[in-house]
Amino acid sequence: MQRLNQIFTKQSTYVPILAIILGLIVGAIVMWMGGFNPFEAYKAMLVKIFGTTYDFGEAIRQVTPLIFTGLSVAFAFRAGLFNIGAEGQFIMGMTAATWVGINTDLPWFIHLPLAVLAGGLAGAIWSGLAGWLKASRGINEVISTIMLNWIAYYFANFMVRVVMIEKGQNRSQDVLPSASASIDWLSALMDNARVHWGTVIALLCSGIFYYILWKTRQGYELRASGHNADAAFYAGINVKGSIVKAMMISGAFAGLGGAFEILGVFKSMAVMNAQPGYGFDGIAVSLLGGNNPFGIVFGAILFGFLSYGSQGMNFELEVPNEIIRIVIGSVIFFVASHGIVKWFLKPFFKKRREEKKGAA
Amino acid sequence: MDLLAQLINTTLVFSTALILAALGGIFSERSGVVNIGLEGLMIVGAFSAAVFTYFSSEWGFGGGSPWFGLLMAVVCGVVFSLLHAVASITLKANQVIIGVVINILALGATIYLVKSLFDGQGQSENLTGIAFTKWNIPVLSDIPFIGEALFKAYPTTYICYVLVFLSWFVLYRTRFGLRLRAVGEHPGAADTVGISVTKYRYIGVMLSGAFAGLGGAAISLTTTYDFSHTTISGQGFIAIAAIIFGRWHPIGAAGAALFFGFAQALRFQAQLFEWSKAIPNEFLYMLPYVLTLLLLAFAAGKNRAPAAAGEPYDPGKR
Repeated sequence: MQRLNQIFTKQSTYVPILAIILGLIVGAIVMWMGGFNPFEAYKAMLVKIFGTTYDFGEAIRQVTPLIFTGLSVAFAFRAGLFNIGAEGQFIMGMTAATWVGINTDLPWFIHLPLAVLAGGLAGAIWSGLAGWLKASRGINEVISTIMLNWIAYYFANFMVRVVMIEKGQNRSQDVLPSASASIDWLSALMDNARVHWGTVIALLCSGIFYYILWKTRQGYELRASGHNADAAFYAGINVKGSIVKAMMISGAFAGLGGAFEILGVFKSMAVMNAQPGYGFDGIAVSLLGGNNPFGIVFGAILFGFLSYGSQGMNFELEVPNEIIRIVIGSVIFFVASHGIVKWFLKPFFKKRREEKKGAA
Repeated sequence: MDLLAQLINTTLVFSTALILAALGGIFSERSGVVNIGLEGLMIVGAFSAAVFTYFSSEWGFGGGSPWFGLLMAVVCGVVFSLLHAVASITLKANQVIIGVVINILALGATIYLVKSLFDGQGQSENLTGIAFTKWNIPVLSDIPFIGEALFKAYPTTYICYVLVFLSWFVLYRTRFGLRLRAVGEHPGAADTVGISVTKYRYIGVMLSGAFAGLGGAAISLTTTYDFSHTTISGQGFIAIAAIIFGRWHPIGAAGAALFFGFAQALRFQAQLFEWSKAIPNEFLYMLPYVLTLLLLAFAAGKNRAPAAAGEPYDPGKR
């Protein structure tokens, strides 16, 4: 009981929870000012997420890529790198997986893993490029990954529009069924919600994330380089190698996310009008989760559920979807500036302290 | 010859917003506050300019309406940047995180407002005929070639170059600039001699809001003529690239932004030629980014950010 109590009074736990509540309050105020009833809106949101098994499955689908990109950004963060490029790595993962999914004809137990690995590898190469540029040419990874995002975006559109096009459509050919990552029996149980193995792999990846960083020598070196590159260098750690390695693992996560988005959900790749945004949302998720693999899973669930649920708010009450971005932005704001949260809690703690004094 | 003049002219148009945002970022980073939120501040500026220009022309401001829009873009940019300032300076939050928050909130809030103001539409009303038109500077614009290239541009472009010079002057030739840079290099030392770190950092961040707001306005008032979720797509980040490339110096950053604008202009002009039809569009669009990356890889030297950029100032650690 004491232990439980400790967990709930630890700052690391109550700050995010309070931040979420405060964020929802900010959202409510904005909706109220816009002439919407916030209670009705949040109710519509919950109904949209948990109302039917189909919606619940789709909400989980929405969460999955966010776990991948969240892990991707966080892994780089842990090694002292800011990977804004999860977006581009995600796109490269989508493209590679689609290409393998269309162009190779193999039994499913080879085809699917091959397509998934191709996605992960494409992401790893793409981010490895940024890592290499940083290690060898000293280019800030923030700039190089932004440029690589756009290059990936146009390259992917070229691949879809010219190389993999389905005639008369604005998308690629369909991925062969042998490369499908859908869980068909579960999908059938959930009214054809697009659930897929990617979710399971995403959870596995969060375990791998933990294992690499905290249970291996390599992970120790990555974290050390991230903490203090000079100290790590003098301790004999290959800092430059660590940069490339960290970026590649980070990109692999994002690439896997992209691969599953195609193989599990869409089965073909559309010509994009804008960057899909999962990579940028991954930054938000990793911040929400405090760059901790299990926190990221929760962050992704929160982010994914809220954005899926916002469709319900839009449909029922015509609240613009963007309200959820305001909520999420505020949540991260409150998490980051926990000074505010503590300030809100001050009267509460003061009282408790006085009680303690009284008891003693 | 005519073509070259056009190329230069288009370069000016494309680089204006980037230069403005980069100048803002320089003030903020020189004072020791990393501002990843430039993108968001530009979004706020582009939005306010588009909306206020539209409504002020509805209210009968006539030719003054884009100027009113421009002013409001600066005001709203500053107000929004205060969020960054309060969180990252007063509450000592992580500056990168707050920058990301600014980006998320800016896009969310502006599109939310656009949908509320314009009956659920995803973009604001078109401003053709209301927004800025190109100015032909008398006499100068009659000079062959140079006139065509340099003196037939939007007012925002002229403002932008005045501001580049002013920023350089303020940063390197005034007491204010010296102090601002001192706060970003060694806040402890600055504090010891009686310079308020908090005050200068607030000013730095608010200036970044003002400049980035102007930059955003330059896009919605001269290029897109409306505001939607794609109006600002990455320009803020490219401005950050220009800052780093230009080594945190106003003129250096302006040069870097010009280069990026030039790459975009090259793409724009190339599309007018027959032979370019053979190249898939996507590769032309990629050009600016590939060129920037190559230039960074093979031409840039070691970068040096202001020493204290990114760290909240804690007097107790002095």
